[in-house]
Amino acid sequence: MQSLEPGHGPATMTDWTPSDAKTRSLLRVERLSKRFNGTVAVEQLSLDIYQGEFFALLGPSGCGKTTLLRMIAGFEQPNAGRIVLDGIDLAPVPPHRRPVNMMFQNYALFPHLNVEANIAFGLKQEGLPRAEIAQRVADMLALLKLDNLGRRKPQELSGGQRQRVALARSLVKRPRVLLLDEPMAALDKKLRDETRFELMELQRRLGLTFIIVTHDQSEAMIVADRIGVMDRGRLIQVGPPPQIYERPNSRWIADFIGDVNLFEGFVGNDGASVEGTAAGRLRLSGKIDAKPGVLVWVAVRPERMLITRDRPPTEVENSVPGTVAEIGYLGDLSIYKLRIADGSIVKASIAHTGRLTEPRLSADERVWLSFLPEAAIVLTR
Amino acid sequence: MKPTIKKPKRRPWRPIAPKLVVGIPYAWLIAFFLVPFLIVLKISLSQSAIAQPPYTPVLTLAAGLHGIRDFFAGLSIDNYLLLASDPLYLLSYVKSVEIAAFSTIILLAIGYPIAYGMARTPRRIQAVLVLLVVLPFWTSFLIRIYAWMNILQHDGPLNQLLMALHIVREPPVWLATDTAIYIGIVYSYLPFMVLPLYATLEKLDPSLLEAAADLGCPQWKTFWLVTLPLSAPGVLAGVLLCFIPIIGEFVIPDLLGGSQNPMIGQTIWTEFFGNKDWPTASAVAVVLVCLLVAPIVIFQHQALRTAGEN
Repeated sequence: MQSLEPGHGPATMTDWTPSDAKTRSLLRVERLSKRFNGTVAVEQLSLDIYQGEFFALLGPSGCGKTTLLRMIAGFEQPNAGRIVLDGIDLAPVPPHRRPVNMMFQNYALFPHLNVEANIAFGLKQEGLPRAEIAQRVADMLALLKLDNLGRRKPQELSGGQRQRVALARSLVKRPRVLLLDEPMAALDKKLRDETRFELMELQRRLGLTFIIVTHDQSEAMIVADRIGVMDRGRLIQVGPPPQIYERPNSRWIADFIGDVNLFEGFVGNDGASVEGTAAGRLRLSGKIDAKPGVLVWVAVRPERMLITRDRPPTEVENSVPGTVAEIGYLGDLSIYKLRIADGSIVKASIAHTGRLTEPRLSADERVWLSFLPEAAIVLTR
Repeated sequence: MKPTIKKPKRRPWRPIAPKLVVGIPYAWLIAFFLVPFLIVLKISLSQSAIAQPPYTPVLTLAAGLHGIRDFFAGLSIDNYLLLASDPLYLLSYVKSVEIAAFSTIILLAIGYPIAYGMARTPRRIQAVLVLLVVLPFWTSFLIRIYAWMNILQHDGPLNQLLMALHIVREPPVWLATDTAIYIGIVYSYLPFMVLPLYATLEKLDPSLLEAAADLGCPQWKTFWLVTLPLSAPGVLAGVLLCFIPIIGEFVIPDLLGGSQNPMIGQTIWTEFFGNKDWPTASAVAVVLVCLLVAPIVIFQHQALRTAGEN
């Protein structure tokens, strides 16, 4: 497996830590714009990708994430801006000379070539000696557990096997950056869940830089060191998954990543509370980054909401009465939709930990909703 | 007592309709290909005669078994021996294969870029281009060949153009040359080459070309390593659709070509209508069919192989 490690000799998994890798920008995207017949695909987008990181571009379909990936690969030319890899501007470099490889969403395996020839295709273009090509192809087949499928044609493989061949074909060239366009979209759920962890394992083991494009937020959260959330051609927020989830920078992000309850109100005079919301006056744990009187939104995740039958003690200020409108049972947790005084719906999820002290709630039951000041964050846009 | 299920005595009912449907093409082939071929084969083994029909023996079932024995005794392979002994026929076959082979190569060289260009234009324009390719079919084939006779004649539009552009000093002779045959054949058969090529190239997944580029393959090399191998079924279909009918082509060489070295279609015509020698004409035709069966078998084999792969 040593031959698969990048330049600096053998490395073990323990050598790799996220903090090591993020010291140096490998790929820099500067104010990149792309329009198709007047419609904006990517708009003034800037981004740094670090050596050895697993970066996820996440966003709804049509947000421009695939266009960004295709511009890095060289299949689309930007209208403005630069892409710099290892300090070299990629603009004049045609796709076949870029030290990046792409794994296509439909895998794009050559139907007239067998698995081995598909994987060897890229190495043959480099004009490597035959023995080295054979060795590297064999290593790849072993790494991706494709050992006895080398002579098969792509159409004789299952979906999961095809995905592995596509991955092997793009990895065997040891790209500076591996681009993955929705690599798991064509797999069924069970296989997708397994493959996510295998992909992470692989990336860590090879120490390569991966950029994955996905519309599936749980996929991005699981595999990525950092996530860039895109909407309508713009990068809305970039950060590690916990930061994106816990500290979203806007209502759009809070709503796109996971589920959220939003309470609209005005910053109170003490600067640490929000007044006039559907749940009354809400107290926050720290000072709000906005002047008193400004319109803000208090965001609380459903799993941070507490449901009690009795009124919480009066010192818990963030509480509101409501009635159970809908119950969704998911096995590991239940999702409750509760209607509060102004008629709006608040979502709360309760994990079933196996220690059900209280009997479950039933529809139309009157309950109290509350949350701790630390559980909420204030969004200004 | 255990309940028992009565076994049906009759064999399970099977629908007969599917078998009938499968039988239709066979019936068609037997009625319109095999039976006529056997008739031609029989005539090729007969002798020319001044009679109605112009050959002997004729099978007369009225004479009973005796008649059938006489009939078979009357058949001979003399006509085939004649084909082998007279170089006229051999030269005619060679000429046909030569013209068919070279014009198929020219057709491929012209047709492939056309089909490739069509497949890569935006989809709305593609329909128009396909229409343009088949548009000549809306005019009678014979009229189009007559038009070429006009274009290629001594003071025709082609020579006038060449003179006006000072490309030639003296008007060259086109008609009654092999060049005119090639022009006519390539013009007439181009749609048969372009359409199957276009059909396969149009289905080619563009992400395969991107994948090749991504893996370090320059565009010209991608053509050889990906596009061409994947369009092989289209190339084969186009080549056979042109090569086979061109071998037996009669009208184009007869109207545009010279008389010194006829193609096999012309030879059959001369034997049949000129010499009224049906048996020899039939023998020439039977040999031609045998010549054509070889490429068809190759085509079938290839088609079955690709079908098996998918």
